[in-house]
Amino acid sequence: MIAKLWPIFVRDLVLLTRGAQGRGGAVLPLLFFLAVAMLFPFAVGPDARLLARTGAGVIWVAALLAAILPLDRLVEPDVEAGMFDQWALRGLAEEALLMIRIVAHWLSFGVPLMLAAPISAGLLSLDAQQLWTVEVGLLLGTPGLAAIGVTIAALTAGLRSGSALGGLLAIPLAVPLLIFGAGSLQPGGEGGLLLLGACSLVALAVAPFAGGAAIRAGRE
Amino acid sequence: MQECGLVATDIACRRGDRILFRGLSLSVGAGEVVHLAGPNGIGKSSLIRILAGLLRPFSGSVERHGALALSDERLALDGHEPLEKALAFWQRIDHSPQSHADFGLADLLDVPVRYLSTGQRKRAALARVSASGAPIWLLDEPLNGLDTHWSCIAQAAIKAHCQAGGAVVIASHQPLSLAAVKIVELLDFQP
Repeated sequence: MIAKLWPIFVRDLVLLTRGAQGRGGAVLPLLFFLAVAMLFPFAVGPDARLLARTGAGVIWVAALLAAILPLDRLVEPDVEAGMFDQWALRGLAEEALLMIRIVAHWLSFGVPLMLAAPISAGLLSLDAQQLWTVEVGLLLGTPGLAAIGVTIAALTAGLRSGSALGGLLAIPLAVPLLIFGAGSLQPGGEGGLLLLGACSLVALAVAPFAGGAAIRAGRE
Repeated sequence: MQECGLVATDIACRRGDRILFRGLSLSVGAGEVVHLAGPNGIGKSSLIRILAGLLRPFSGSVERHGALALSDERLALDGHEPLEKALAFWQRIDHSPQSHADFGLADLLDVPVRYLSTGQRKRAALARVSASGAPIWLLDEPLNGLDTHWSCIAQAAIKAHCQAGGAVVIASHQPLSLAAVKIVELLDFQP
């Protein structure tokens, strides 16, 4: 089982990072994330105090929007190409396949966001303490975003206009992550990090099963 | 090759609110070929997917002994990869040796899969099936898009697989030139 899943994990990671077959790869969400952080000071003005107070929330909004970008290419191309059918014939459970896809998606999306967060923090004039909280928050929250993303991608695979629908479905599910992530940056909001981690764990626990059921239902 | 076989009992298939066929039973054992025949839309592909376990039958049951390999209209090869790498992906999962029946793909191994023609894609799918090492082959329209020459070679490969103790189910609207084929006419099972 593990021996069969390893090549699939490698393929997932390469496809999601480098991008091919219409998949944007890891660069597009990253640029989007940075673009939002760059545009925000242009919109509200260069007042450093205002930026420092609102900037952390902007980072979280940007992370959520960046998570939506790759949704329609996360699962759909492989359902379309019959890869999931072939994996099912080899006795590989959809749940296991989606779990490794969540890990691959997180590596290609969550980790780059964490690496880009210091640049965003500079653009939004956050101090070192705030940046540290953002980084911890992203570490705890992006696995949840990845899990929600893969679930929604599995649900909307094979639907026409699935990409637009996927974004609309993912936003309400991601709201708790946004609230606790941005809330952890308020004074005395450190407890938000724990709740953020809890939300991520719930999403990670549910996602493979919900997504697996969606892929099996899509075969009917 | 280990003992293999496929037994379907009293299968009915419903698509939407229409029963496509019912009361269909078939069995295929080692060394046998079953040809599912019938016009378009009769449910050949659905039956193949039911036999593969990808589609739940409306009623009835399917027993499988041995691993399955499926070739249908979905190629399951990465379009951007050269053919060699796309096939190697499945060989890594199946732990199978390099395919011996190469279906004339030797010259195409460095061509990205999306540039292959219809017939070449079909041959690539057959190569994937034959390389999987699975004893039971489920082939949905395996000869579509193949010219006479490759059609003969594909049928020879199917025959060789049977002689080696494999079992094959073929859904095709075309007549096959294979000897000793059990034909299941799906029209007979229409409600």
